Amino acid sequence: MSKFQFPESIMSRPVYGTLEPRLGHAHLFVADAEGAEAILDLAKKDPGLMSSAHIIFIPRATGETYVEQLKALRPAQFYSGPSYEAALPRLRRVFSDASMGLQVYLSGTEGLMGQAQSEAMQAGIAPAAIQTEHRGSVARRMQCVHCKGITEDVMTDPFVCSHCGLNLFVRDHYSRRLAAYQGVCIDAEDPGNVPDPVELYS
Amino acid sequence: MTIQFNDETFRDDYTFRNSDWAVKRFPFPFHEDSYMYSVNMEQHRGGPEGSVYEKRFDVDEHYVSEMKDRAIVLADDPLRCQSLPHMTLAGWDLLELIMVSKSEDYPDLFELHRDGNTWRWINKPLGIDDTFTFLDETTLPFGPMEYITRQSQGDFAVLDQRDDMLWMDAGMVTTQADWSLDFDIGMNFFEWHAPVPKAHEMGIFKRALKFLLNIQQGAPARRLNWTMTVNPLLDTSPENYHKWGIQKTGLTAENIGQKQFLRVELQTFYRLPRSNALAFPIRCYLIAFEDIVSVPKWGRRLHRVIRDLPEELATYKGFIDNRPKMLDYLSQYDDGLPTSPGVWPDLDTEPALSK
Ligand code: HEM
Repeated sequence: MSKFQFPESIMSRPVYGTLEPRLGHAHLFVADAEGAEAILDLAKKDPGLMSSAHIIFIPRATGETYVEQLKALRPAQFYSGPSYEAALPRLRRVFSDASMGLQVYLSGTEGLMGQAQSEAMQAGIAPAAIQTEHRGSVARRMQCVHCKGITEDVMTDPFVCSHCGLNLFVRDHYSRRLAAYQGVCIDAEDPGNVPDPVELYS
Repeated sequence: MTIQFNDETFRDDYTFRNSDWAVKRFPFPFHEDSYMYSVNMEQHRGGPEGSVYEKRFDVDEHYVSEMKDRAIVLADDPLRCQSLPHMTLAGWDLLELIMVSKSEDYPDLFELHRDGNTWRWINKPLGIDDTFTFLDETTLPFGPMEYITRQSQGDFAVLDQRDDMLWMDAGMVTTQADWSLDFDIGMNFFEWHAPVPKAHEMGIFKRALKFLLNIQQGAPARRLNWTMTVNPLLDTSPENYHKWGIQKTGLTAENIGQKQFLRVELQTFYRLPRSNALAFPIRCYLIAFEDIVSVPKWGRRLHRVIRDLPEELATYKGFIDNRPKMLDYLSQYDDGLPTSPGVWPDLDTEPALSK
């Protein structure tokens, strides 16, 4: 699958690269959905790395599509879970005894990569040891600046806050701590005048 | 002079007013008839007597009412004041800086008595007399940053300095020009400035950061920033924008002189001694258009600045829709005469309006 090219944007907006094999004692992969393809591609470049790899995979809508292929890479540890929230205790446990040589590889949606990166930073993992590669959905994880609730997988601008119900426009301003973009009320100055939602990047 | 503190509101019935004294000392931000972003930084070493630049932390007639407004905002939303765990020492540094400065600069209003680590702080305008142990959080009703900034006009960002970068790791932000501390906390200098148009491309933020990283203890700096606000609303937060945004649509030719305010921030920069953090007080001053035009030079100049301001800046500052109404009003106070250089009102030397 070809990769989506995000348009140039402001300086708080994250940019993603391509996962490259790195030297390290241990390799942690966290991926959701099509993010599996980035792991498969990396394993082609350096199959030996998998013997010290731990893959945490959340298939989401891809179901069984990638599970067997990932297992066939024969990583030292493999986990497939139903959601990021469900995988989080495991992720925290892995980060809690991460040694200096740990390399972290994140791939898939912005929401997955952002949250795992924020978790890694809180655990004290050096930013230089973390790589990211975007694959799959271009949906955004949005924080409502008014009620502070997070709406996952936002695909349109504007959208309705899943917590307080306000109509929000999608900003490019991004908080790495929250792993979220900012949503701001679109009809504050003209209540009820909400434009039709348009798909992101269309 | 002794200050008469106003009893006034910055919300609902908006009874906020500037006295003649406050109008004359207003920090008018335009030193010429046009405006563009620049690295407009200078040393903060006092200024003309009575001006807002004279003291380290200016206290004026709005002090007591502004502190009441801050308390209302914080009761409503405690996230407006946050400090990441490693910033507590910087909070004590800030508390010391403000207590020492205010007690020295306004001895009739504030007193600080230090006996080793046992400190007694007296704040007469707010009726506070507290004794506490310096560097012991358990002896104050709030964390040190929150304690002192509940008693100091203006917002405060406290920046951690590491890896040749500034990080917004603590702050008290209730009088902001539409940005969110809760969203921005933890960001670096380039990230929190990301939404600003043009300035990145102009290289302004790179140069400004270099300047800030080199600020030394005892050698503070300052700059001005400005925007526009309808009604004297201090808390123009993104958090509450869905409530106050509608007020921007209430301007008419009849009420614009009273309802439209120029909002100026006197921003200062202090290196803190123990933590090596940078304190960034952002003091907000509001003035109604009708008070600005009472100074002929300022009326002429404001008209020209607003008229010629690039569209991107007027959009970013949130007044692009109201600009035509502002210009209709302000043009009445511009007779085309030249203006004297500099920001001062020059009431004795500038000609009266001739139209
Ligand atoms: C370290 C202290 C500083 C902090 C904490 C700070 C913070 C901020 C914040 C939060 C914004 C609003 C951004 C948004 O739209 O969300 C802003 C705007 C801005 N800042 Fe800073 N800033 C600092 C220093 C400086 C310096 C030294 C300059 C010097 C040029 C500068 C220039 C600007 C400009 C030009 C804007 C746009 C303002 C407007 O057009 O109204 N800042 N700043």
